[in-house]
Amino acid sequence: MTTLQPLAAAVTSEPAAAHAATGITAYAWLLVALPALGAAVLLLGGRRTDKWGPLFAVAMSWSAFVVGFIVWIAMLGRDGESRAMHLDLYNWVPAGSFQLNAGMLVDQLSVTFVLLITFVGSLIHVYSLGYMEHDPDKRRFFAYLNLFVAAMLLLVLADSYLLLYVGWEGVGLASYLLIGFWNYNPAYATAANKAFVVNRVGDFGLSVAIMIMFAAFGTVTFAGVQEASGGAGSGVLTAIGLMLLLGACGKSAQFPLQSWLGDAMAGPTPVSALIHAATMVTAGVYLIVRSNFIFEGAPNAQLVVVIVGAITLLFGAIVGCAKDDIKKALAASTMSQIGYMMLAAGLGPVGYAFAIFHLVTHGFFKAGMFLGAGSVMHGMNDQVDMRRFGGLSGAMKITWATFGLGWLAILGVPPFSGFWSKDKIIEAAFIGEGWRPWVFGGAALIGAGITAFYMSRLFFMTFHGKKRWTDDVHPHESPLLMTVPMMVLAVGSALLGLVLSIGGTFSSWLEPVVGGHAEGEHPVLPVPVLITLTLLLVAGGVALAWLRYWRDSVPETAPTGSLLTRAARRDLYQDDVNEAVFMRPGIHLTRALVFADNRGIDGGVGGLAALIGGTSSRLRKLQNGFARSYALTMLAGVVAILGAVWVIQ
Amino acid sequence: MTAALPAALPAAFKAADFDYGAIAPMLIVAGGAVIGVLFEAFLPRRLRHTAQTALSLVTLVAAFVVLVTVSAQESHRGFTLARAVAIDGPALFLQGTILAMSILGILTMAEKFGGKGADAFTPMGAAIPGSAHEAAALRAGLSTSDVFPLALFSVLGMMLFPAANDLLIMFVALEVLSLPLYLMSGLARRRRLLSQEASLKYFLLGAFSSAFFLFGAALLYGYAGSIYLPDIAAAVTTANGQLEGLLIPGVVLVLVGLLFKVGAVPFHSWTPDVYQGAPTPVTGFMAACTKVAAFGAILRFVYVGAEANRWDWRLGVIAVAVLTMVVGAILSVTQTDVKRLLAYSSIAHAGFILVAVMSFDRTGVAGTMFYLAAYGFTTIAAFAVVSMVRQGGSEASHLSQWAGLGRTHPVVAGVFSFLLLAFAGIPLTSGFAAKYAAFAPAISFGGRAGVWMVVIGVIASVVTAFVYVRLIVLMYFTDPPVGEPVVAEVASPFTTAAITVGALVTLVLGVLPAQVLDLAEQSSQFIAK
Repeated sequence: MTTLQPLAAAVTSEPAAAHAATGITAYAWLLVALPALGAAVLLLGGRRTDKWGPLFAVAMSWSAFVVGFIVWIAMLGRDGESRAMHLDLYNWVPAGSFQLNAGMLVDQLSVTFVLLITFVGSLIHVYSLGYMEHDPDKRRFFAYLNLFVAAMLLLVLADSYLLLYVGWEGVGLASYLLIGFWNYNPAYATAANKAFVVNRVGDFGLSVAIMIMFAAFGTVTFAGVQEASGGAGSGVLTAIGLMLLLGACGKSAQFPLQSWLGDAMAGPTPVSALIHAATMVTAGVYLIVRSNFIFEGAPNAQLVVVIVGAITLLFGAIVGCAKDDIKKALAASTMSQIGYMMLAAGLGPVGYAFAIFHLVTHGFFKAGMFLGAGSVMHGMNDQVDMRRFGGLSGAMKITWATFGLGWLAILGVPPFSGFWSKDKIIEAAFIGEGWRPWVFGGAALIGAGITAFYMSRLFFMTFHGKKRWTDDVHPHESPLLMTVPMMVLAVGSALLGLVLSIGGTFSSWLEPVVGGHAEGEHPVLPVPVLITLTLLLVAGGVALAWLRYWRDSVPETAPTGSLLTRAARRDLYQDDVNEAVFMRPGIHLTRALVFADNRGIDGGVGGLAALIGGTSSRLRKLQNGFARSYALTMLAGVVAILGAVWVIQ
Repeated sequence: MTAALPAALPAAFKAADFDYGAIAPMLIVAGGAVIGVLFEAFLPRRLRHTAQTALSLVTLVAAFVVLVTVSAQESHRGFTLARAVAIDGPALFLQGTILAMSILGILTMAEKFGGKGADAFTPMGAAIPGSAHEAAALRAGLSTSDVFPLALFSVLGMMLFPAANDLLIMFVALEVLSLPLYLMSGLARRRRLLSQEASLKYFLLGAFSSAFFLFGAALLYGYAGSIYLPDIAAAVTTANGQLEGLLIPGVVLVLVGLLFKVGAVPFHSWTPDVYQGAPTPVTGFMAACTKVAAFGAILRFVYVGAEANRWDWRLGVIAVAVLTMVVGAILSVTQTDVKRLLAYSSIAHAGFILVAVMSFDRTGVAGTMFYLAAYGFTTIAAFAVVSMVRQGGSEASHLSQWAGLGRTHPVVAGVFSFLLLAFAGIPLTSGFAAKYAAFAPAISFGGRAGVWMVVIGVIASVVTAFVYVRLIVLMYFTDPPVGEPVVAEVASPFTTAAITVGALVTLVLGVLPAQVLDLAEQSSQFIAK
């Protein structure tokens, strides 16, 4: 420790890269403050704000977007190296030699997130106006949405791990509140609890990582840790990296902490779109990319990131093939897509930009598809079983078209968005030496094929084939308030990838933050071969899905299925494993503790209380109200004290 | 006998030195009290309540302002009035505390609750309870406005008590502060018999304890040949082994007289009866201010006069401290009357303060003084709240009447709960900072006995915390009693101000105790020569 002290003292200075914020960027705190104000007004205002509250929340969200947009434009006006700016807010933790300012780091990476969160978030706010129209509690819903946006923006704008942790917990809270929004349904309340508990495991990892940083480096700011990590041993960095990864796994539903995401679909669909598809669940990827300086020094931790990503992308894809609940299938797909991002983030500088790129395009097309699913549910009496859908393309044309564009995007069909981002990740996964490119690249490649199968299955089962509707439904297109956001997102799904990848725009935009793609690194297979292989697998997946779910009739109740299908339906027994390994021993331990507590501790405490009460009742009799007895007590006391003192002498 | 006389006797007669500046606050209070008596004699009846209230407040505020001014000047520190009075850090700190608290005390005594006179006091103290005479006084709308000058006289005695540098002045101060309190205890408007009984008990037992004090003082004079505390200390250090038999009993008996005033076990028996019977504002005033004054006197006697031979007598006081904490805590468990409950709580608190006293270090003095300030403000506010909660016009002091108060009067119950948490010593209240300030010196300087006292003190705190929390639970989670509703009267700005200030001090001393702690530490040096 002693050798680290001068180091810690040296790193408290500002990083050279981030200049003090000037101009509009100095108002970046408004990004967090505006939605936070919205949440505060709606929550504190209570029922009085019922009428105008939701509109106010929407306005706050859009204002945050406008501020973010202006900050972005101002940033574009500066040249690459001076784009990152640092905004000091106030002295947050003045603890003796440890000083921590609350500040915001406004750089290319955080602005990318700000734009994604505020734009998609605001669209979903608008969509929710239609979706939640008849909910008696919609004010509370919008308050939570605003709270989420504020916390998420704080997460990505924080300049230190500690402030990031505040936002991290904030989004966790918002997610918990929104999953359990309809908590009168016990299953939904349980789902919220499950998400919360699993996230605690991850949050624990993040907090341990912060503690290690504090112990080893004496600082928790990004700039300070970056500087200190240059001279730190790989053991410390590996420990920090693995703990950060644990945090990322919890928040981003990565293996082995992925079990909560499927149940989280209990929340209203706009929540699934915003929090559990586009933004919050990608916070783990953000954390890994933001901490690139730590993973650069810890190749082992990096390898674990890649492994986790690869396992999750296959895991999610397999689970997605068996789900009949449209939202759960989409949730499995989200898990799988974030697996891709994790995998890219674990590859190092070759992958960071593509991880974020895929994150952005995914934010658009997945949010769009979730909104589409919400629109379908809206028209189908809130049913989610795809076996009772089918042939909806006729009844819901806009939903079909927008969903279709998202479907093409996630498949990676050129020239739609997903092609530009996912294909790059597959290419990057094939870079390297030895067994790694073959294993990880192979996983990514196979994953693309399975993705094509299950997404097509979902699309065909819902919109094509025979109508398998229940008798009481009358599918109809949703109102404009809902379809317009879907259309906007669909445009993004279609074009964003192409626009951002022309001339490597996005990679060079992020380069000052995450480092560049070194020249001379080529995949083990030629790029055109990889693209062809990918597209062939995708085509195969689509064809298989077409055969089974469009041409053939789909049974209205799920058949027993093969062993793998049954396993996938049960999330590959993840819950059963958790139950057997953690829950049951935990319950037994709790029961034993309760028993010990009741018999031992409560018995002791109760006995003690009874003893004191009994003594009290007996002593009370001395207080009989007679002045003569009181005087006698005093006299006895005096004699006793004098006697005692005399004896001691 | 003359051989034992030290050289401290004055060589020749000379006029006593009067530092009028240093004793100005006491003179102001004395003057205010005398004018109050004249008001009572010459002012028309309808003006008296207002005039007396205003006079008392002006007097106390003026005395406080002068005290703050005087304390800023080093030149006024030292002995005055022929060494009978010592104006030093502890004296000034405690006098200031007493003045500030008695302002709040006067505010609560002036509460009328819409009546013609002060609500807490009988219209005519001399009338036999239940007699036609009393009924006539009530119809005539008489009021007992003489409590205000009485209170001022009492404050004068309290201010003199911790500044008394010789045993005679200490005794005079003791009586000046006690006699008005005996009277005021018997003036409750309701439950007159209980009140008069309390008054008589307090008087009888107080006289009894004064006898102990005097006896002890006489023994000490016999030992040292002087009644000045510094001289007694000098006699102890230069002792040649003669007359040892007078010293220890003398110290013990003087301490008994003082410990009676703070309600330490086994000299506590008067406390619950008097606290219950006395008018509630008087209870609050005496619980807070008497404790400050009496502990001030104990501190001066112990630290200036009897410190050198503390090993001979400290075990007796340690036993008293332990007994006080344990008995106060245990007996509070079975109380059913809120005023008696607070009385036992005050006994337990006296034990906690004794722990700090017995550390024999400057930080112990500071801890004691901080504890007194913190506890006093909380106590006055708590009794003021008690005086507001009523059923059918009279105070609802039985605990069962407090059930459900949190639902019907959330603000009043909330404030009271906060004050109870402060009594329990929960962090972010002054009670926590005070317990810390009192126990830390005992751990550091009190030796093994100090550590054991703190352990017992913490256990006793847990027991009392149970009592307070049970009361909070009763207020919030139990249904209100059936029958006539229990209401919290709408108090005048006076009582409201007293409660607000008391609760605010409780909060501020809990959140930011540093400044007052610093002040107490700077003021913790006694002058002894």
